[in-house]
This record gives sequence, C-alpha cells and structure tokens, in this order.
Amino acid sequence: MALEVGGKSIATDEEGYLENRDEWDMEVAKAIAVAENLEMSDNHWEVVNFLREYYDEYQIAPAVRVLTKAIGKKLGKDKGNSKYLYELFPYGPAKQACKIAGLPKPTGCV
Amino acid sequence: MPETKKFLYVNRKAPYGTIYALEALEVVLIGAAFEQDVSLAFLDDGVYQLTKGQDTKAVGMKNFSPTYKALGDYDVNKIYVEQESLDARGLSLDDLLPLTWEDEDDDWAEKDSIKVISATEMAQIMEQSDIVLSF
Repeated sequence: MALEVGGKSIATDEEGYLENRDEWDMEVAKAIAVAENLEMSDNHWEVVNFLREYYDEYQIAPAVRVLTKAIGKKLGKDKGNSKYLYELFPYGPAKQACKIAGLPKPTGCV
Repeated sequence: MPETKKFLYVNRKAPYGTIYALEALEVVLIGAAFEQDVSLAFLDDGVYQLTKGQDTKAVGMKNFSPTYKALGDYDVNKIYVEQESLDARGLSLDDLLPLTWEDEDDDWAEKDSIKVISATEMAQIMEQSDIVLSF
C-alpha cells in the first residue's frame, strides 16, 4: 500500500503504518490522520511528538499503559489518563497515534 | 486477582549474530502487559546485551540496546547479572547500561534495576522461579 502526499508516494504496510520512518514529516502525519478521520489539534500533536521522542530515546513505541504513565508524568495528570487519550485517538492512542507519528505498531499491541 | 507467577527470562547469548536477544526482549515487553512477577537474568555471553556503547553499523542490524532502558517503564526492575560471567569477559558493572526504574511508592525515587550476583545466588533465583524461559 502507499500514501500520496504532495506528489510523493509513501510506502505503508497493509495496516497503514509507514514502511520507512525517515519518510515521515508533518504533511505525511496529516495525510495519515485524514485517512483515520482525525483532525489534528495541538493536543494531538503533543501526543504524536511525545511518541516520536520516546522512540528516538528507546527505539520502541510504548505500550498504551506505559504511554499513559509517561504522558501523565510529562504533561500532567489531566492528560495522563486513558479517557483523555481515547478522546483524541478513538481507535487506541498507541495504535492510532503511533501510526500518525510514523512509528511501527507498538510492541505488545496485538 | 488471578494468581501471579514468578517468571524468569534467562539470556545467555550475545546481542547480535542470532535473533535470541531481541526476541527475548520483545517477549518480555509483551509479557509485561500481563502483570506477572518478571525477572531477567544475564549470564555467559548474554552479559554483552547490556553493555554500553553498542555500535551495530558494521553488522547492519538495529542497535536495540536503548530499549533495555525502557524496561523500568514496563515495571521490569529485577535484572540479575552474573558476576562470574562479567569477570570471565573482563567486564564490570560500570561497563553496563545504567538501568533504572522509578518507585511509585517512594515518591518516584530513581532506583537501580541491575543487581550483580554470584553463580550460587543465580541458581537460587532460578530455583525460586515458577517459570524459567531460556533464550
């Protein structure tokens, strides 16, 4: 499968995750979000950017439980809970937000 | 509450060259979701998995050693390294990644995850585990 962004074709796997993480930019993220029926707000970007930083540091996308805890620590308790994260990403913060962040499917997400 | 079992994942192989080390790490991360009592043991060439400054460019594999630092986030904080295996390879605790976890019950104090233990103590830990998985 592939995603068309600004005249370029970006390869994805059958679930829509990017094949090559280096091809990611904000336009690619927006295109994935459109395909997921999501409109990106500052709150969405905050989570997406957090995931990218986590991946840079640890080389994995965190499981949702770990993500929730880490977001709570960095951005405050009102954001570090699954209700807030599922409101932003209804199909699962780890799965959907990681996809938009151009990361592989989270380890431990079956 | 379902019964909690003591899981011990035993790592004996060098990080690259075979897939065992990476597979073990992935199993641990996936298994962490099931809230069991998880410990990791590193012995023989397995101690190389935790060494600092790994550079995999020449072997064309992803350097997954930074992922060990995420274990604390996954509540995996009992990491046993065998002294004899370190000694035989001229390594010490200072050559290993500083793995830590944050203790929620102690005002999020950062604590060390790695314990260097003797072969005798390692045998006791294996003895006390309900399930031992070898990689």
